[in-house]
Amino acid sequence: MNIVMPDFAPAIPEMFVLAMACFILIADLYVSDENRFITYLLSLATLVGASLLTINLHTGESVLTFNGTFISDTMADVLKIFIYLVTGVVFIYARGYLQDRNLFKGEFYVLGLFGVLGMMVMVSAHNFLSIYLGLELLSLCLYALVAMHRDSQDASEAAMKYFVLGALASGILLYGMSLLYGVTGTLDIAEFRSNINQIGDPNHVVLVLGLVMVIVGMAFKLGAVPFHMWIPDIYHGAPTAVTLFIGSAPKIAAFAMVMRLLVDGLGGIHAQWQDILIIMSVLSMGIGNIIAIAQTNIKRMLAYSTISHVGFILLGILAGSRAGYSASMFYTIVYAIMSMGGFGMVLLMSRVGFEADKLDDFRGLNERSPWFAFMMLILMFSMAGVPPTVGFYAKLSVLQAVVGADLTWLAVVAIIFSIIGAFYYLRIIKLMYFDKPEDTTPITSNPEMRILLSVNGLGVLALGIFPSSLLALCMAAIPNI
Amino acid sequence: MENVYLAIVLAPLIGAIVAGFFGKTIGRAGAHWVANIGVAISFVLSLVVFKHIIIDGAAPFDGTVYTWMVTDGIRFQVGFLIDELTAVMLLVVTFVSFMVHIYTIGYMQDDDGYQRFFSYISLFTFSMLMLVMSNNFLQLFFGWEAVGLVSYLLIGFWYKKESAIYANLKAFLVNRVGDFGFLLGIAAVLMYFNTLDYAEVFQAAPAMANLTIEVLPGTQWSLMTVICILLFIGAMGKSAQMPLHVWLPDSMEGPTPISALIHAATMVTAGIFMVARMSPLYELSETALSVVLIIGALTAFLMGLLGIVQNDIKRVVAYSTLSQLGYMTVALGASAYAAGIFHLLTHAAFKALLFLAAGSVIIAMHHEQDIRKMGNMKKYMPVTWICMLIGSVALIGVPPFAGFFSKDAIISAVHHSHIWGAGFAYIMVVLGVFITAFYSFRMYFLVFHTQERMDEHTKEHLRESPKVVTVPLILLAIPSVLAGMFFVMPMLFEGLFGNAIHVAPEHNVLGEIGEHYTGVMSYIAHGVLELPFWLALAGVGSAWYLYVKRPELPEMFKNKMLWLYNLLVRKYGFDEFNDFFFAGGARGIGKSFWNIGDVKLIDGLLVNGTARTVGWLASKFRHIQTGYLYHYAFAMIIGLVGLVLLFVNQAP
Repeated sequence: MNIVMPDFAPAIPEMFVLAMACFILIADLYVSDENRFITYLLSLATLVGASLLTINLHTGESVLTFNGTFISDTMADVLKIFIYLVTGVVFIYARGYLQDRNLFKGEFYVLGLFGVLGMMVMVSAHNFLSIYLGLELLSLCLYALVAMHRDSQDASEAAMKYFVLGALASGILLYGMSLLYGVTGTLDIAEFRSNINQIGDPNHVVLVLGLVMVIVGMAFKLGAVPFHMWIPDIYHGAPTAVTLFIGSAPKIAAFAMVMRLLVDGLGGIHAQWQDILIIMSVLSMGIGNIIAIAQTNIKRMLAYSTISHVGFILLGILAGSRAGYSASMFYTIVYAIMSMGGFGMVLLMSRVGFEADKLDDFRGLNERSPWFAFMMLILMFSMAGVPPTVGFYAKLSVLQAVVGADLTWLAVVAIIFSIIGAFYYLRIIKLMYFDKPEDTTPITSNPEMRILLSVNGLGVLALGIFPSSLLALCMAAIPNI
Repeated sequence: MENVYLAIVLAPLIGAIVAGFFGKTIGRAGAHWVANIGVAISFVLSLVVFKHIIIDGAAPFDGTVYTWMVTDGIRFQVGFLIDELTAVMLLVVTFVSFMVHIYTIGYMQDDDGYQRFFSYISLFTFSMLMLVMSNNFLQLFFGWEAVGLVSYLLIGFWYKKESAIYANLKAFLVNRVGDFGFLLGIAAVLMYFNTLDYAEVFQAAPAMANLTIEVLPGTQWSLMTVICILLFIGAMGKSAQMPLHVWLPDSMEGPTPISALIHAATMVTAGIFMVARMSPLYELSETALSVVLIIGALTAFLMGLLGIVQNDIKRVVAYSTLSQLGYMTVALGASAYAAGIFHLLTHAAFKALLFLAAGSVIIAMHHEQDIRKMGNMKKYMPVTWICMLIGSVALIGVPPFAGFFSKDAIISAVHHSHIWGAGFAYIMVVLGVFITAFYSFRMYFLVFHTQERMDEHTKEHLRESPKVVTVPLILLAIPSVLAGMFFVMPMLFEGLFGNAIHVAPEHNVLGEIGEHYTGVMSYIAHGVLELPFWLALAGVGSAWYLYVKRPELPEMFKNKMLWLYNLLVRKYGFDEFNDFFFAGGARGIGKSFWNIGDVKLIDGLLVNGTARTVGWLASKFRHIQTGYLYHYAFAMIIGLVGLVLLFVNQAP
């Protein structure tokens, strides 16, 4: 028997994160509560190390390994870097909150790192099974994270819902994959792509059935309507630090999953899935923006805002052009950064025994802390898509792609919904600047959080004024198809 | 050298940011140090650039610093074009700005907004440098608007003063009119050239010289004429040419250093600079040149006349600025761009000097600006007196002071020009020389000679201003005397500007004039024999006779020609007309739109109507989210089944 060793080099960052996560898991057992920051620092070091490895191993070419189940290309590297970055920021933001609630445990970081590993696998998967593998690794970590606050009834309920619905979605996704395997006889994405062309009939019943199911599975992960129901409840119920994590980095991985499955795998039958995405995108923008208006809890409001942003991300993908894909990628990254800032603000204002998750908690923030009110203003403007923040460019580039695909009506619909959406973002600004504070406790938080949140807010502004480098990066990440 | 160029613009910007945002922390002295050092760095580096480009004759630099975005193949970028024209402008801007920065330390020392003021003037310097160093229309527009913004902020610097608020709003609105034309001009360039880069536009321009476009149905207009006139409308706003001049006299409500820096030496000359920069375009349209020429000539003469009836020391200088800007514009219209820029340079020196000297008088008079309440100030303020005298003789064009060379060149250029309207313009500018001399020396005699008319209290405190005020005066007096002699030959006749300014052979008036001169002495000798010189002397003589020798005469003339006096005092009625027609009309239209369109239609029906509908929808839809797990799962299954039915059915 002749066993060929696979090329491990492209997967070194994954192996590093895995090894470190296992090491931290063990090491954490020997760390007392007072020294918990060791775990925290080790986790951050892991992310930094993984970033360095990814950057150093970046070749600009796409390399397949492990029998074609794993791919390393520019898109994977760029997305991974942002996953590390976002996760690192999440870890830092979360520290104060977790400490205040006696949740500052190794589990948060170990589960976070395994989640990162899951996302890395999703981003680099080149086979239906490895996509599924990464997705499940991530999902299991997230279920556990949501349930981490065992004493909280809300959190336990949220975890239960998330787990059951997630299992259902995974089942549908897996069933869809098996149908597609039945049609084409392969799970490898590249082979799949060529086999599909041989079928000849793009309306083949089993093919379309499998396609629909796969899309439903992905739509659940992204949170597109009508598979969005879990988002508000889970965002609301989970500890805010976990919500911050769920709401940011996994969206980047989910975007990668869509790119690998739909664009790389099923790109040949773009016409078949375009309509499905149009329906989901319009519904997401509509339902997300409209229901967000009725919310009084900012975590729920941001959850619905997520749903509407997902609608925008889908717009770029359904345009089916290189410009569209890169616009979507840009949007996803920008969304992750904005969402991080938004939930970060909630964390900043929370303190022992107090969750600043009501809209009313933002009343008169300008009097309590003008600087952070200004940061929130930038973040809200960016989410609403007001220039010169980066959110404007994100929306603009997606809409350009949609218009370029001769779907001008869809762009008009998207603009109408984003105008409706602007209402609830601007309402926060109104609360902050024009109302009197109900709570005059000074805002206390650790300095690293204050600095990082300022960088986050100013970054959104700076990227809006100088968007070209990130735009160019996203363009370079999407190869000519 | 690229880093030097960057440092020139960034040094004042850093100064502005530090003085503006950290003004409280660093204190008053900290603010003036940081701002002064920033501008000093720019000035020194501008000297380096001047040596590099003009003395060493290095090739012009044209490069991109940062590409902001590329859309539809059009590049929007920050870039520098450093050629001979830019080098000269850099020197003018940074030198005057530096002098004004120093002067401000003395002039503003008791003001509460000290740090804010330094932040603004440094920001102004940054914006003006961005404007002159730009290599593309977008950045030009950025600088153009940024200097306008700072000008607005500084005119209204004393924001609790009603008249200052009125003046800055007026300046802002009038400039909006000009900028609208300017923006249309840039849009036209973008539309037909598909680029905003100077070099590419200038290269493509000759091929489009005969292109016509249909602006109104059934009319064919030359593209170049349309573009040039639109751009010139922008210049009319910024450089205060009639009829968009109305804001400049009112801008004197700002602090005097600002009047010197922004409303005399630099910002108002941005229009002149811009037209000179666009010379490759203007040379393609004689119609546009005629328009420029005539507007400039009207401004030069009519605005000078207004200077005669003003009694506010700063307003006299302001009207003289208007009139001199008219001269510069005339030079541009006659294709003597080099003469226009030359006059810009000499004017920047002597007019900044006049303003700062006027400011020095104002300090001594405890912010009394009425020249009827002054007199015999030479006894108290010898340095200011001498400086004011130098500024005045430079302004009226007595050889060998700076103004003589530049003004004489402009008048000769118009004389030699053959384009339509040149004859008229010649008469206007020649008469203007007499007027200029008359009002300048009227003010000079009334302030520094004649008997003392101030009250006793003021008289006790009259004394020469401190060193931070007088040193900039002396430093500005030097170029007011020498700059003309020094630059006249290279700038006008020996091609100092190289390829930066393009003049078509048939318009080359400076070339024709240059044949008569062999050097500075022959230029002076020639000038002394010409009419303008004698008119200037006549103006001084008349001023002396009417205001020193026979002070009762002016009152008599005034009563005899009351209609003329009233016409001048009312500034030809421009302000009344604008207030009534434009401001009143716009308010009327706005009010009716507000009543019908906004209150009833938009607010009532569209905004509140939609808001109500959306709010209602939101309150209904939120109930979908029941919180029950089986509802959620059910929704997912429904969604799946729905999609399957919808799409699988399509299959045959």
